[in-house]
Amino acid sequence: MSKGVAITGMGVISAIGNNVAENYISLVEEKKGISRISRIDTVHHDAIMVGEINLSNENLEKTLGLTPENNYPRTALLGAIAAKEAVKNAAIDDINEYRTGLISSTSVGGMDMTEQYYYKYFEDSECQKYIDSHHIGDSTKKIAEQLGIQESFITTISTACSSAANAIMFGARLIKSGKLDRVVVGGADCLSKFTINGFKTLMILSDTYSTPFDEHRKGLNLGEAAAFLVLESDEVVKAQNKKVLAYLKGYGNANDAFHQTASSENGEGATLAMQKALKIADISPNDIDYINAHGTATRNNDLSEGRAIINVFGENVPDFSSTKAYTGHTLAAAGGIEAVYSILALQNNHIYPNLNFKTQMEEFTITPQTKAKEKELTTVLSNSLGFGGNCSTLIFSKKA
Amino acid sequence: MSKVYINSVACISAQKTFDNSTFLDEVIAHDSNVISVVSPNYKEFIPPAAARRMAKGIKMGVVASKLALQEAGLENVDAIITGTGMGCVVDSEKFLSKLIDNNEEYLTPTSFVQSTHNTVGGQIALAIQCKGYNFTYVHCSTSFESAVIDAKLQLENNEEENILVGGVDESGEHTIKVHSLINHIKSENVKSSELLKSNTVGAVFSEGASFFVLSNKKQNTSYAEIADTQTFNTLPKKALEKTALDFLKENNLELSEVDVVILGNNGDIDFDNYYDVLSSGIFKNTQQVYYKHLSGEHNTVSGFGFWLASNLLKRQEIPEIVKLNQKDISTIKTVLIYNQYRGENHSFSLLRKC
Repeated sequence: MSKGVAITGMGVISAIGNNVAENYISLVEEKKGISRISRIDTVHHDAIMVGEINLSNENLEKTLGLTPENNYPRTALLGAIAAKEAVKNAAIDDINEYRTGLISSTSVGGMDMTEQYYYKYFEDSECQKYIDSHHIGDSTKKIAEQLGIQESFITTISTACSSAANAIMFGARLIKSGKLDRVVVGGADCLSKFTINGFKTLMILSDTYSTPFDEHRKGLNLGEAAAFLVLESDEVVKAQNKKVLAYLKGYGNANDAFHQTASSENGEGATLAMQKALKIADISPNDIDYINAHGTATRNNDLSEGRAIINVFGENVPDFSSTKAYTGHTLAAAGGIEAVYSILALQNNHIYPNLNFKTQMEEFTITPQTKAKEKELTTVLSNSLGFGGNCSTLIFSKKA
Repeated sequence: MSKVYINSVACISAQKTFDNSTFLDEVIAHDSNVISVVSPNYKEFIPPAAARRMAKGIKMGVVASKLALQEAGLENVDAIITGTGMGCVVDSEKFLSKLIDNNEEYLTPTSFVQSTHNTVGGQIALAIQCKGYNFTYVHCSTSFESAVIDAKLQLENNEEENILVGGVDESGEHTIKVHSLINHIKSENVKSSELLKSNTVGAVFSEGASFFVLSNKKQNTSYAEIADTQTFNTLPKKALEKTALDFLKENNLELSEVDVVILGNNGDIDFDNYYDVLSSGIFKNTQQVYYKHLSGEHNTVSGFGFWLASNLLKRQEIPEIVKLNQKDISTIKTVLIYNQYRGENHSFSLLRKC
């Protein structure tokens, strides 16, 4: 069970680009996608900054070729765009040629429409088409439709901010066990008043650019995004002579069992997740060349995650950075877009800087990578930590 | 590959199913289009201060999980995998209606925090201090089956030994109202006994929680072996019989070896015809059983189907109230469960006597 699972395609849409190539350019040119919110009319407009995707629902619908009577919430639109890019990138012509599944993830699903039409549903039958797109499995159904996946295994994972990492993990299990030949895995989340206000009540939203791992960090910027990977069995890779982008080498999920929203100060859950992933990958901490940290820039997360990293890596903490300052925290999609960024880092031997960092945290001495760095990378570790104590780690490698 | 057993069952439903000393001995006859659960005494399991903050779904989930652990004789498990079709709708509605009514002001975090889909899984982990794998599947009528499939993979490969698997869904006022608008809920009250004769569209909505300890170690309390579970996002009616036969074949079974087939008929005239294909087709001569007249319909109600199958196999008896036809069976060895909701998200599960 220590063999890596081949990744043959990837797709992403986020505040720093509408596809993989655009995202990579922004990462390398150190361009943030953080701004004042423009697509949602909220009383918190001047009090928060967000990572918003620069395309309207109408633009996205047009790209997908949807007719006006469609009932796609924004999460499904974003998800379909990224999933289609991933499938195209994997050079798949006939999606049902092999046993192909879809595992998506989201936290809000169709909440953007529900919050617009909550009371209007009772007066206007026109908007009632969105009632059935509220539940989050519906966005996965729509992505499957867009990909043409039929009579197959599809499901949705929702474990808050670790969701997409968990979708990738479950996909790998299905490939390893031979249940599927090919699986599209990832996640999507759009911005909504619901999440903006939820995080606002928790007082963890920054009123300016977020500063992961900085002593004076003030909280996170919310963002919206979608990202998907295509995982394929060795048999399919061999039969079709597929180009492999990277291998998913290890994965681990553990629960902090400390508090419904806060992480434990000692980072026990994240420590366990990283240790499990290293064990599955059958490698030692010294083999990790770069950590793409969860690094949300909340006081609680960065302290807990930093301590967990020290627990696992001791004196030899590898280069690490959070890319949340570029994209905002994209909740369920975060583990997906950061999987894409981890693979891009491997492909280009490029470590992204942790933007906006100024002051060393007092509680420990580890410092994120603050300047872009070219370095031969073989293995990259990515963390995703969520509400409900949910902690996940993925390990990507150039080596099977 | 190890076999996977159901070592304990706990079902909170519209019947008094949480008490495993009885098996549908007394049945509540409902006459409604939305039905609630028969609640156990939550206070016996959850401290009152904590219970006050919890919506019904969280309470049902936490208590069902504790009952399942109790019966399996376990203090803890290696992993917790939950399924829920709609998540914590009561807290979502509470937060969202306040947000809209007060124009984004005067909000407090509690209902937002508890609205997260993995709240039940997280709360169970907190309650029993389970630091292991913790996943939540939210995929319509195959949410529970997704959890079963995940757990089964890990147990077969001996990655874990005991996994708590459950499905939970609660009724929310707004959710019920809007689903009535689009006729997913029957517009008229229906007597339990008349459900399949209603001749109307929509279902009788309900809520519930079913939790099970699945294990690769058989024990005295074991109910059944889960041989297989598969789900299909789409399945045209014309492909149903072949898919069912292929599923049996993959499990080395002949059609005649299926002793009981459990069907998910919910009285919706538009979609019960999927079940009719099987009941009047390949399973015509098989003992047919249904249960949604007892439980109502919700996204994880197939957990009730698993509870029913587990009991049929362990007790070797079929209560008259669930029978759709009358066949003589000497021993119940193999039970097939088929479910779908509104023609989508189909599932086949195979349980065996152990």
